[in-house]
Amino acid sequence: MRIRKSTVGLIVYLIVVMLPIYWMLNMSLRSNADITGFFALYPTRPTLDNYIKIFTDESWYSGYINSIIYVSMNMTMSLLVALPAAYAFSRFRFLGDKHMFFWLLTNRMAPPAVFLLPFFQLYSTFGLIDTHFAVALAHTLFNVPLAVWILEGFMSGVPREIDETAYIDGYSFPRFFITVFLPLIRAGIGVTAFFTFMFSWVELLFARTLTTTAAKPIAAVMTRTVSASGLDWGLLAAAGVLTIVPGALVIWFVRNHMAKGFALGRV
Amino acid sequence: MEKWHDNRAWFLVLPVFLMVAISAIIPLMTVVNYSVQDIFGPGQRVFVGIEWFREVLGDSRLHDALIRQLIFSGLVLLIEIPLGVAIALAMPARGWGVSVSLVLLALPLLIPWNVIGTIWIIFMRPDIGLLGVLINGLGIPFDHPTAPLDAWVTVVLMEVWHWTPLVALLAYAGLRAIPDAYFQAARIDGASAWATFRYIQLPKMRGVLVIAVLLRFMDSFLIYAEPFVLTGGGPGNSTTFLSIYLVKLAVGQFDLGPAAAFSIIYFLIVLLFSFVFYQALQRIGTGDKPGDRR
Amino acid sequence: MGSLEWMAWTLPTAIFFVTIALILTGMTVWQIISPGTERRGFLPMATTRGDRLFIGLLGSAFIHLGWIGLTDLSLWWALAISVAYLLAMMRWG
Repeated sequence: MRIRKSTVGLIVYLIVVMLPIYWMLNMSLRSNADITGFFALYPTRPTLDNYIKIFTDESWYSGYINSIIYVSMNMTMSLLVALPAAYAFSRFRFLGDKHMFFWLLTNRMAPPAVFLLPFFQLYSTFGLIDTHFAVALAHTLFNVPLAVWILEGFMSGVPREIDETAYIDGYSFPRFFITVFLPLIRAGIGVTAFFTFMFSWVELLFARTLTTTAAKPIAAVMTRTVSASGLDWGLLAAAGVLTIVPGALVIWFVRNHMAKGFALGRV
Repeated sequence: MEKWHDNRAWFLVLPVFLMVAISAIIPLMTVVNYSVQDIFGPGQRVFVGIEWFREVLGDSRLHDALIRQLIFSGLVLLIEIPLGVAIALAMPARGWGVSVSLVLLALPLLIPWNVIGTIWIIFMRPDIGLLGVLINGLGIPFDHPTAPLDAWVTVVLMEVWHWTPLVALLAYAGLRAIPDAYFQAARIDGASAWATFRYIQLPKMRGVLVIAVLLRFMDSFLIYAEPFVLTGGGPGNSTTFLSIYLVKLAVGQFDLGPAAAFSIIYFLIVLLFSFVFYQALQRIGTGDKPGDRR
Repeated sequence: MGSLEWMAWTLPTAIFFVTIALILTGMTVWQIISPGTERRGFLPMATTRGDRLFIGLLGSAFIHLGWIGLTDLSLWWALAISVAYLLAMMRWG
């Protein structure tokens, strides 16, 4: 009886969560005049014009491609450097380990508005402006600390006897890490991949500052609809609906890992 | 289990250190440099010492923004953390319901932040928005563009809608890591649902909850895009949070020096709170109580 | 690589960062020569030297801010108080 009550609560909550998203979907299927003209619970004159515009206008769909490129680069880079680091934090005591860990977290704490200018200057110095790599690298600033943090939790859940046994059996560190250890924390890698994807995908300030045309992200393309004759709500909503799709696919792939959970030990 | 002492572990951390250090330290130094100078343009700058810090610290609009920010982040944490944990507890442990609720929960997290504000503008409109029409239909006068309280409710509601799923996802992942044996033992002992939560689930979720509280604190304290798009900081200055005021200063008036001084103070405040939270949360329930001297 | 003019260096900030770097280097060397361990002082938790240094530096930053915000006196006073506070924190914290 009690379980049923909490399930009802969950369903109610999920419905409430879906309302703004439903409204976005609703708007995306209506013309701009329709949206601002009258209230409608569902599109009375449904149109796919907004979606057609996005899929046919190069400046729109290239925004998606750019975002997907730098987000994938960021995910790969973050995981590649965070995996060994998280292993070090979960297995060893070393000089300054705790301070290093907290310092990594401080990189999520600076207000970006003013930091954007030196960022732009720094990346110009290396000739990185308007490249996908620049955005991917800038996003590691907040994604790598998070990745290390989450992965460290998963790794601490793996007993150290496994490492010891493997070393006694004559495994080298790289071979042990790749063939034995990584498969054990698959769930953690999946969860981390989702979070790094998510934060990089929705970040706007760095992505917009470091790009001009060639690597312009979708979120920045969307802000352009503001300057035209007022705001094109329908087009913006359609673009919003499409931004959900890649992330929804990512979470679909990692859902089983998510459900397995992570044994976060002492951080 | 004692960890192995080995300073060679530094080699495993080095890539992370190098990758983050370049992007972190050089801009930080530059902002500190900006904060003590009056900058007119490239190469034209005058050292002014602590003038900007004095100006910013004496700015009453900044004090107001800081108080608003503290109330906002406090409210957000008080609502999102318990709500997120409750949702995680209500979620099924296995079956198709898991996939469905996980995917639905994650959707709000995946929308770019400026789009979230834009969608909520329409969503809350009393004439053409779903929630706006609904609220007006109930006979409650609600007008977020002109009434400060309504603007606050709207911004907090949007924030809770947007980010509670993050807490829920983290808490859920933490819950699933608890071995079934614990629950069986609790059942044999005839433990109540509350006792199971208090003595098994909550302690086991501590690690993820540290992450959730800190992430939510840092991100809500730095929040910019969503409330700015939705209310522009208004009506008046009623939803002008720290970042919104900072951008007004940095971009609107193009005062790089004061904006840099502001950024450093802002960063120090976030750092202080995060450090205190981090230390406190690590110690709750570990038996390492204050005053327990060794 | 272009010039680093955009970093807008000044002598006082350069001295500040060099000092911080020297303190960190010094702490590292000290830790290697004679490793310290966690201990309890007047702070409500066990701390290492590095923890106390961090708490000391963060506190010093707020002492300076408070001094600037509340008084018109010379900043050297704030510096003196901070150094005393930092040393007390390292010794008894």
